[in-house]
Amino acid sequence: MATYTIQVNGKSHTVEAMEDMPLLWVLRDLLNLPGTKFGCGKALCGACTVHVNGNPVRSCSYPISAVGTASITTIEGLSEQGNHPVQEAWEKLVVPQCGYCQTGQIMTAVALLKQKPNPTDQEIDQAMQGNLCRCGTYNRIKAAIQLAASGKPALP
Amino acid sequence: MKKTAPFYTNDIEQIEAEIFNASRRDFLKLGSILSGGLILGVSFWSCDSAGKKTGTLSTTAYLRISDTGEVTIVAHRSEMGQGIRTSLPLVVADELGAEWNAVKIIQAEGDEKKYGNQNTDGSFSIRMFYKPMREAGALAKAMLLQAAAKAWGLPIEELDTENGQVIHKGSDKKAGFGEFAGAASGLAVPKVESLQLKADNQFKLIGKDTPIIDLHDIVTGKAGFGSDARLEGMKIAVIKHCPVTGGTVKSVNDTKAKAIPGVLQVITIKGAGLPATLSKPIAGVAVIAENTWAAIKGREALEVEWDLGPNATYNSEEHIEALKKEITKEGTLRRNRGDFKAARAGAKKVIEHTYVAPYLAHATLEPPCALAVVKDGSCEIWAPTQNPQGARDAVAGYIGLGADKVKVNITLLGGAFGRKSKPDFILEAAWLAKESGHPIKVQWTRDDDIQHDYYHAMSVQHLVATIDENNQLSGWNHHIANPSIGATENPAALQPDDGELMLGASDYPYNVPAIRIETHDAKAHLRIGWLRSVRNIPQAFAICTMMDEVAEARGKDPIDQALELLGEDRNITFAEEMVNGGGYPNYGEDIANYPWNTGRMKAVIERVRKESGWGKQLPKGHGMGFAAHKSFLTYVACVVEVQVDAAKKVTINKVHYAVDCGLAVNTDRVKSQFEGGAQFSTSLAMKSAITVKNGIVEQTNFDGYQLIRMPESPKEIHVHIMERTDKPTGVGEPPVPPYAPALANAIYKASGKRLYQMPMKM
Repeated sequence: MATYTIQVNGKSHTVEAMEDMPLLWVLRDLLNLPGTKFGCGKALCGACTVHVNGNPVRSCSYPISAVGTASITTIEGLSEQGNHPVQEAWEKLVVPQCGYCQTGQIMTAVALLKQKPNPTDQEIDQAMQGNLCRCGTYNRIKAAIQLAASGKPALP
Repeated sequence: MKKTAPFYTNDIEQIEAEIFNASRRDFLKLGSILSGGLILGVSFWSCDSAGKKTGTLSTTAYLRISDTGEVTIVAHRSEMGQGIRTSLPLVVADELGAEWNAVKIIQAEGDEKKYGNQNTDGSFSIRMFYKPMREAGALAKAMLLQAAAKAWGLPIEELDTENGQVIHKGSDKKAGFGEFAGAASGLAVPKVESLQLKADNQFKLIGKDTPIIDLHDIVTGKAGFGSDARLEGMKIAVIKHCPVTGGTVKSVNDTKAKAIPGVLQVITIKGAGLPATLSKPIAGVAVIAENTWAAIKGREALEVEWDLGPNATYNSEEHIEALKKEITKEGTLRRNRGDFKAARAGAKKVIEHTYVAPYLAHATLEPPCALAVVKDGSCEIWAPTQNPQGARDAVAGYIGLGADKVKVNITLLGGAFGRKSKPDFILEAAWLAKESGHPIKVQWTRDDDIQHDYYHAMSVQHLVATIDENNQLSGWNHHIANPSIGATENPAALQPDDGELMLGASDYPYNVPAIRIETHDAKAHLRIGWLRSVRNIPQAFAICTMMDEVAEARGKDPIDQALELLGEDRNITFAEEMVNGGGYPNYGEDIANYPWNTGRMKAVIERVRKESGWGKQLPKGHGMGFAAHKSFLTYVACVVEVQVDAAKKVTINKVHYAVDCGLAVNTDRVKSQFEGGAQFSTSLAMKSAITVKNGIVEQTNFDGYQLIRMPESPKEIHVHIMERTDKPTGVGEPPVPPYAPALANAIYKASGKRLYQMPMKM
């Protein structure tokens, strides 16, 4: 066990944890930030995606000892009112079904659009391929990313 | 934004207490009196697990209108992505004339005496509750109008409701529901038969697109799934499950586990042994810890010796190979029409193939999890369950409490697909809470989930189609072998029952003079359950790909052939051709009320032909495939368009569905179920398989058990909903069955290769 001070959603948090404890469980169990989801524990599904210095990271496979002074953003810290353009696009197209994977999908999409404000279909496929959706909302996810990028409706 | 009550608040308890303490007697008469508002019960018929009405008018769900005009509707079915927490309440709100954005929706606890059937399964929520929900809204409206007519001294015929207000049609007089709620609650409850329901053209919500009520909570991470439930003092349990179905714990060495910081206790769970049952946990050893990571590390450090039992020699590939040898022999005759043997003897051409499909896991993105607290002789649960009353009864039996001492709260379900019908993970939480003295959240990891599912059973089928000298399809012989769901409870069940056979096999609808359906023994060695559309998956795959092959052999277009063989528009039945005491259950509904109508099937086929541009010229390496399949009383036709390149890579460019589900209640959620159904079916058509070696499932996570990802997923999915006013039927499962065979048929057109095994490998 060791003591770590980490920066999450613009705030400093001090926690005591085993050094190999994944950031996912630090967020969920120690900091009570449940918007980041557990899906596989092996960085295979993307449900646990958060931003580490703006980059999408699978928090289930990212130990707290690696966090250091990096700035972590979770879905709870993405926007003040839940009105990030990507969240708004998700709502406009009613993307979610069960919703469990969607916070991870949104975090990956936000990181993509930061790097590539107007991604091609292929770039969206490539960026999103690590995020599984068992309900099968991929078409609306893609349309919502295009909508957020363009500001124009992408569905008929 | 719509108001939804957060989970884990006392809100619903308060409202329920008001409802039930106020007037138990009155609510049984379909109404209740309460100072400060109008509360109404709705009569529901009880239903059995197949969704069949059992004929007892017993229970009620609730609608409350407060004296401030707030409308609260209780959602009593489990939300797993199908949108039912939205689509049933909107029916009440539409009939009532409520302001939808102001309606508050709360989730019922598991209590079928109060709410009617809550087993959210079999695509029957809308089918079963559409009418009672309309009546609930209309009943409240009638009482409000009666109270307003009296207060205003106006004829009731001149009044109506709109946007949460009572309005006078002849003037601009209007007032909120709250004005009349108190007076309405003092009125006699009108008879259901006297209610005037809206005409279809008066609907404001029914038949239109309504966004799901949990939308904003989901995209902001605030939605409450099972894994998000927490209680003060809660500890986490992670369980090492016996790797082989039916095995038991021989001995445990927990010294190393207990040395992990944060690990508190190690508790053995006895488990069902054999038979594995649908309602008992697997034998295992639980590590209780302060947090999930400590529990996971503790489990890694456990040393457990198992008695693996008789399934430790089971190998799924060997089982499939053995069944392939048996499947062409004579089996148990289940449906018979005409003389197939004579048709075969006189055939000009015989086409026959063996079809193989694997075991499948549900792999819900939220692994099974449940929170339980046992205190002062009672137990309270928070869980993502499809069947809360079933879970409640199972918990009561398992930890030795009366069912009245067990409360089950339903969270959002992070995917379910039939997996979360079973209470095994909830029983673990209840047991561990009782034994440890702590509130316990059981968290399954992905390997628990993939390796300890109630699996969709593997299957081997053999189809023989005969074509006579007049180029007619003269005979149809379908052989089926799969471990039966029934075997999980009763190991003597070796063949599919009528309910499994009904799912796309015994309801073969085509005009063929000789039909012979036979089943064969297949023993269960895993826990067998049901996965979204169940036996329809392999049965539709075999039938609809064979029909494509028959059309080709006859020199016919497959759509023309389907229309031809469905024959003239009429209702068809199957029961009279079922033999050996079998029947045709029709998804629990009387076939007189929900007939199998060839005209409706032909109409969806015609629609998909038109919408997909069937028959258009395609570039080389491209192809379109067709399949039509009715399941869960919903008619579906599907066309898939693919490209297969020189490296045999399959790209799925377009999917067109035409669907007749009767009146479509929430059109956007009908579409989303079909979009998701195509993706779900792409996984099982192209990717997913569970294999078993020495009794142990070989896959542990999404590397071995693969699901479709965005780059390989269908690029475009178009859903064409037939405009119908018939009784609504379900849409959760019907998208899945026709898609995989339509895809297989498209791959054949594009590549010249027929595929008989799922998942399909080029």
